[in-house]
Amino acid sequence: MKGFTKTLRGILAVAALTTALPQIVAAQDFKGETVEWTVPFGVGGGTDVWARFFAPLLSQNLPGQPNVVVLNVPGGGSITGANQFAQRASDDGLSILGTSASTQYPAILGDPRVRYDYAEWKAVLASPTGGVVYVDPRYGVSGPADLDSLRAEEIRFASQGATALEMPVLLALKMLELNIRPVFGMESRGAGRLAFERGEAGIDFQTSSAYLGSVVPLVDAGKAMPLFSMGIVDAEGNVSRDPSYPDMPTFVEFFTEATGAAPEGEAFEAWKALMIAGYSLQKMVVLPRDVPAEVHDAYVAAAEAIVAAPDFRERAGEELGVYDQLVGDEADAALQEALTVDPEIRAFLTEWLSQDYGVRF
Amino acid sequence: MLDIAFSALGQVLSGGHLAFLALGVLVGLVVGILPGLGGIAGMSILLPFLYGMEPGAALGMLIGMVAVIPTGDTFTSVMMGIPGSSASQATVLDGFPMAKRGEAARALSASFFSSLLGGLIGAAVLSVAIVMARPLVLSFSSAELFMLTLFGLSMVAVLSGRSLVKGVAAAGLGLVIGVIGTAPATGEPRMTFGIDYLYDGVPLVVVAMGLFAIPEIVDLLKRGTAISDRTPLGGGWARGVRDVLSHPWLVARCATLGCVIGALPGLGGAVVDWIAYSHVVQTSRDRTNFGKGDVRGVIAPESANNACQGGALIPTLLFGVPGSGSMAVFLGGMVLLGIQPGVTMVETRLDLTYTIIWSLALANVLGAGLCVLAARQVARLTQVPFVILAPFMVMIAMFAAFQASRSMADLVALIVMGGLGIYLRRFGWPRPALLIGFVLAPGAEAYLYQAVQFYGAEWMLRPGVVIIALITVVSVFLGLRFGSGISSEGDSDTADQQTRGRQIAMAAILIAAGGYCLFEASRLSFLGMVFPLVIGAVTLIGGLAVALRIRGGRLSEIHDDDATAAQAGRWSGREGYLAVFAAVVALIWVIGFLPAMAVFFPAFLIVAGGVRWTSAAAMTVGAVGFIATITWAMTLRLPEGLIAPMLF
Repeated sequence: MKGFTKTLRGILAVAALTTALPQIVAAQDFKGETVEWTVPFGVGGGTDVWARFFAPLLSQNLPGQPNVVVLNVPGGGSITGANQFAQRASDDGLSILGTSASTQYPAILGDPRVRYDYAEWKAVLASPTGGVVYVDPRYGVSGPADLDSLRAEEIRFASQGATALEMPVLLALKMLELNIRPVFGMESRGAGRLAFERGEAGIDFQTSSAYLGSVVPLVDAGKAMPLFSMGIVDAEGNVSRDPSYPDMPTFVEFFTEATGAAPEGEAFEAWKALMIAGYSLQKMVVLPRDVPAEVHDAYVAAAEAIVAAPDFRERAGEELGVYDQLVGDEADAALQEALTVDPEIRAFLTEWLSQDYGVRF
Repeated sequence: MLDIAFSALGQVLSGGHLAFLALGVLVGLVVGILPGLGGIAGMSILLPFLYGMEPGAALGMLIGMVAVIPTGDTFTSVMMGIPGSSASQATVLDGFPMAKRGEAARALSASFFSSLLGGLIGAAVLSVAIVMARPLVLSFSSAELFMLTLFGLSMVAVLSGRSLVKGVAAAGLGLVIGVIGTAPATGEPRMTFGIDYLYDGVPLVVVAMGLFAIPEIVDLLKRGTAISDRTPLGGGWARGVRDVLSHPWLVARCATLGCVIGALPGLGGAVVDWIAYSHVVQTSRDRTNFGKGDVRGVIAPESANNACQGGALIPTLLFGVPGSGSMAVFLGGMVLLGIQPGVTMVETRLDLTYTIIWSLALANVLGAGLCVLAARQVARLTQVPFVILAPFMVMIAMFAAFQASRSMADLVALIVMGGLGIYLRRFGWPRPALLIGFVLAPGAEAYLYQAVQFYGAEWMLRPGVVIIALITVVSVFLGLRFGSGISSEGDSDTADQQTRGRQIAMAAILIAAGGYCLFEASRLSFLGMVFPLVIGAVTLIGGLAVALRIRGGRLSEIHDDDATAAQAGRWSGREGYLAVFAAVVALIWVIGFLPAMAVFFPAFLIVAGGVRWTSAAAMTVGAVGFIATITWAMTLRLPEGLIAPMLF
């Protein structure tokens, strides 16, 4: 139902846009211009592919059909590129940035290398994702009822790093009081999956596109057992089932059934904050906040038109999944909400990370 | 399976597919020839064509681009002594001396023809292996991969030339430079001096350019001749082809080696050329000419590096884990076309997989063919007085270095590395050993750490580990026995006993680097500390040993190719050239890349080259126009300088 209202809203927006189109073109025309889209990751990575999927669509839907080029500035787990954008971006709408969870997390944790501030940016489009935690069938675990036998094992988890995309996963596993021994330094989630397939890691996590593409065949072959999906966390902190896996319990359901009580407390608040900032808004298109209003509106209109196009779902395929893309004010409100993290939650996170994983702040 | 393979072949040979494949090949050759650019730059050219293309043709185009990068990059390796990409580092060792001897055309055609055969063998192996490669890839765990990095490091034994201790110390220094950045296990910054640029480590392009390109440019300028020291050019391209045909088993062995190493995710193209090179040294009967221009030293790495791309497709297609840098780009292209890699590639989408394999084979034929045709003409460049080529090479080196992370710091690091390279060359420290250490440092550390975490101490007992350990021991033994004649650093000077003080000072730099690494390590957490501790100690001890042996007058360690002049108080001018390059970097920093080149080119050509101002102007316009076009066409960046942003 939610998806339907959103589609309807999109259609209405396009309709409104079509009538208002002449004025907008008069107000903002990118004809003959080049929009430089900074992607703080290397070519071929998830965020790069995401940006390159949207780039031609953005070009077609912005007034004047500007040339949209992707500029990859990898380094520092996306901090380098985001810093560079914060420092250099022009506020005429010709500079945009694509961010990801690994851009958001260091900002939340207060990494000293971060010289960008999300409060100075405006989101025009946000793509959510979800993910699934699965275990090796050798543990004989099939659901929440078997949590105790899982707790008895020391389980290795191949991870990119404590402050990477896996942060809320590590926190969820800690809340379940599992004896997880993370092995850090994996080059990608794909390398982590390889370690799982080799039997080196006993538990693993993949975001939706990789789960559907690479792990479902393992599940079908009896080589992997899904435990729970991370669920979808909305801006108010409500957790609902992931539309990609409507039959799979969320982490909250799994926790509640396994321990007999719903998750609560600081850890759970922190988990929700991480989920919102890194999953509900995993990848975002942002503009500098002080772009002229008509430039901002042109971007929002373009984003709405892209998402509302009848063949958008089909073109987006597995990479974007079935998730509703957030557009315009909705995306920006969610962003500002997500990045305003309670100091207590931040303190909890930094203490947990330094105590359990020796991360220095 | 067979019928699918043949129907895929039919599709590949259709007109539309061939045209896109040829487009991919052309782009791949261009980015391959330009050092420092690779699949990433090629991708940004091809991407706009990708939308709405039929997946088979689009994949053919992408694979065409990726497949010929290790073919095209041979030009700079052979002609200029600059490793065109990480896959052609070893080609420099024998290819460049051949060019200096006036045999550039022979070296080029030999390497292109071996590339062609290697690529075909790679595709053939791939077509059979792809359906059963899953277990092979899965059987290589972090422990085996760590052992393979050790095996790679053992190549130092072959490449050290006369002095093993020098090689070990140089490799140690490479490892020390390689651990600059964040620790894989803990994310702690190490040896970054608080500089943001160093958090990601020094880019490979910068290190390779600094160590090889800058010293060779300076050396050639000092000599004041053309690259080739004799005219007319001997040894045509037909001779190169005959060279390859007379070593069929060498090509087959190296190609198989390349294919297997390429298939292991994580190790990829960076070492395959070195492994092939030391393989040929260890298995040849007559080794006297290696490092001085033996054509086999060109054939081995070149047949391996193209086959490597075929191997690298295995983990990319089967697991979605790219086996090399350019495969990461290819993977991105696949996802963009809506094709998810995974088991389905050999189950339900086998037709697509075979389209990829046939395209790979065809691209190799096409790419090598075009290169062979061009080789003769390009080889003539070695006759041009070097002082005219030099500004062009400096420009290319700086352009390439800047593309590494698009930071002015890249250029500063290039000059620093260049300074190091100049003295390493002068005092006979094997730079290939340093480069191997540098390339393998991150992998060695990450895999060792993972192996210990996954398996505890038992990792050493895994059968794969034991087998690779045995191979390594044999390889070190053979390398020590037979590798002593190889010198990548040229000849020493007869008066080298007299400048021992300076040579010890050079060793002191390595000792200091090792010592500093130890000091930094002591401040880290346990997991971040172990690896820098070990390599810091290796460098420190190696450096000390070299210093002591030089002091003791041991012939094998003493090397100074500038001793006579230094004794006589004559200045070789090395530092002068380096200072000129540093000044160019400063100029770029202030006024931007293109304006700086517009100043540097005519100034250098007229002052150092004695060129008439009209020709200097023409060459300047050509060079600056060329770089500007490339930058625009590939949506790259150039340094803007401080002034331009203030004006606009």
